Amino acid sequence: MTFQPEALPAALRRQFPLLGRTVHGQPLHYLDNAATSQMPQSVLDAIANHETTARANVLRSVHFLAEAASAAYEESRAECARYLGAGVPEEVVFTSGCTGAINLVAHSFGDGRGPGDGRGPGDGLGPGDEVLISELEHHSNIVPWQMLRQRRGIVLKALPVTDDGRLDLTHLPRLVGDRCRLVALTHASNVTGAVTDVASVVAAARAVGAKVLLDGAQYAAHGPLDLPALGVDFYAFSGHKTFGPNGVGVLWARGEILADMPPFLGGGEMIRRVTIEATTYAEPPHRFEAGTPPIAQAVGLGAALRWIRGLDQAAVQAHLAALTRRLLDGLAALDRGRGLIRVIGPGDLAARLPVVSFTVTGAHPHDICQILDRHGVALRGGHHCAQPLMDRFGITGTTRASLACYNDAGDIDALLAGLEDAMARLRVGTGASGLSNP
Amino acid sequence: MSEDLYQNDLLRLAAEARGTGRLQAPDASVTLDNPLCGDRITLDVQLAAGRLSALGHEVRACVLCQAAASVIGRHAVGETPARLRAVAGEVRALLKPDGGPATPSAWPEIAAFQPVAAIRSRHVCVELPFKALVAALDAAAPEGGDA
Repeated sequence: MTFQPEALPAALRRQFPLLGRTVHGQPLHYLDNAATSQMPQSVLDAIANHETTARANVLRSVHFLAEAASAAYEESRAECARYLGAGVPEEVVFTSGCTGAINLVAHSFGDGRGPGDGRGPGDGLGPGDEVLISELEHHSNIVPWQMLRQRRGIVLKALPVTDDGRLDLTHLPRLVGDRCRLVALTHASNVTGAVTDVASVVAAARAVGAKVLLDGAQYAAHGPLDLPALGVDFYAFSGHKTFGPNGVGVLWARGEILADMPPFLGGGEMIRRVTIEATTYAEPPHRFEAGTPPIAQAVGLGAALRWIRGLDQAAVQAHLAALTRRLLDGLAALDRGRGLIRVIGPGDLAARLPVVSFTVTGAHPHDICQILDRHGVALRGGHHCAQPLMDRFGITGTTRASLACYNDAGDIDALLAGLEDAMARLRVGTGASGLSNP
Repeated sequence: MSEDLYQNDLLRLAAEARGTGRLQAPDASVTLDNPLCGDRITLDVQLAAGRLSALGHEVRACVLCQAAASVIGRHAVGETPARLRAVAGEVRALLKPDGGPATPSAWPEIAAFQPVAAIRSRHVCVELPFKALVAALDAAAPEGGDA
């Protein structure tokens, strides 16, 4: 669909019933999209339609409803593949979310011992093999690798972050050596909004034969991808950040890698033949989907990706860039040169998502968010599951506004007005509060 | 409601920052984190003759957590461990959705936290210093051994 820029948010907002509600008597200004985005009516309808016309388990029974459910489930897999530019639905594994997808890789690729000849990508990592992450990562792309380190004795290295919240890729030559087996990085930061220069990462990894995993939790909502062109090996994202439901996510991986990887979880659906003595496993993707999958959620995710693909991406990106600029300029104006408001992330619009994190000297993020909630403004405060990044900047947390295509200038202005109120109530900059906040 | 949360009483309590600073030779020190936001409190206790004789804390946290630590700093010294555990229980009760204790606490400032009861995600902010206090007492004077 194509919109004139000024009509874009109004036309989109009408598709999101939740955005019409009030909070504390105020219009809702939902700016926590990096945590969870809202679902358009078409996604809600797709889920409701599935649950009321085709609810059944998938890939098991032969009755009418089971056939309909299986068809809907596999069509959603195909939609995911189209969205990712993959083209091969079998490379799409449904998971519980982005965290589940990364953990799947940490176990199946990390622990390995796949069905291949022992020399393939499913052979697993061993003592001394290296995995490169970064200080910019969400805990979901840190902890699974620390756990793998405990299991397998790998070496975990971390790429530093620049002062403006970007990956410092100048360290790639130093950190990607002959023992590097995997580079696992965020595609875009959930705190700073910085988008990773994937080409540089892939080039460094390929030079030593390492695989590349991208955590696409934040980036995936911002338009269809072309993963083969990106050159990565694994891509993970979640449904609830891509205008879809909770409880579902996707791991995409190259077919030859998936084929050589052992399963992560065991149970129904992921088998070829089970005896008391042993089990042989199904082909991907079902090898990695033990038990009843999140069927309606997968259907909803397919509808959400279809909805995103229908947007005028250029118009959406221009709209979000303008709102981000408005927010950054508004924060600077509010600060009035006092140096109280500090943006943790790029101050420009180059290669960044509409995610803006900031600190306010003398005011805690949770106190700010609590006061803004009374203005109807939904923000996130805290460490954003990125404590190493907080340590990097010497802070405990930030206040974060994360925008989606349905946000408008009114949302930004409400945030800025609420923040001005919060700073006044918390006596920021008066020297009178004496609070010891970060 | 947040209008009530950020009334002058809580802001004043937080700003007073009673009991801040570390003890030189504590009987026990406890550091607790708020996993929600990464806030942290380190609390030291010293006991003598069955009562809290000195207390110090360092808080890197929100107004609610700072205010709670300040209330402890104002009242805790001189109390028995049993009494302090009881006060921590009063705070837990205060934050329950069905209301606080029938009788007001001997620490009147605790009533200022009543509006937090309606906001479940912020309970931990108020409780963190009290949990640290109880944990420090448990380490320095295990329950039943503090008479």
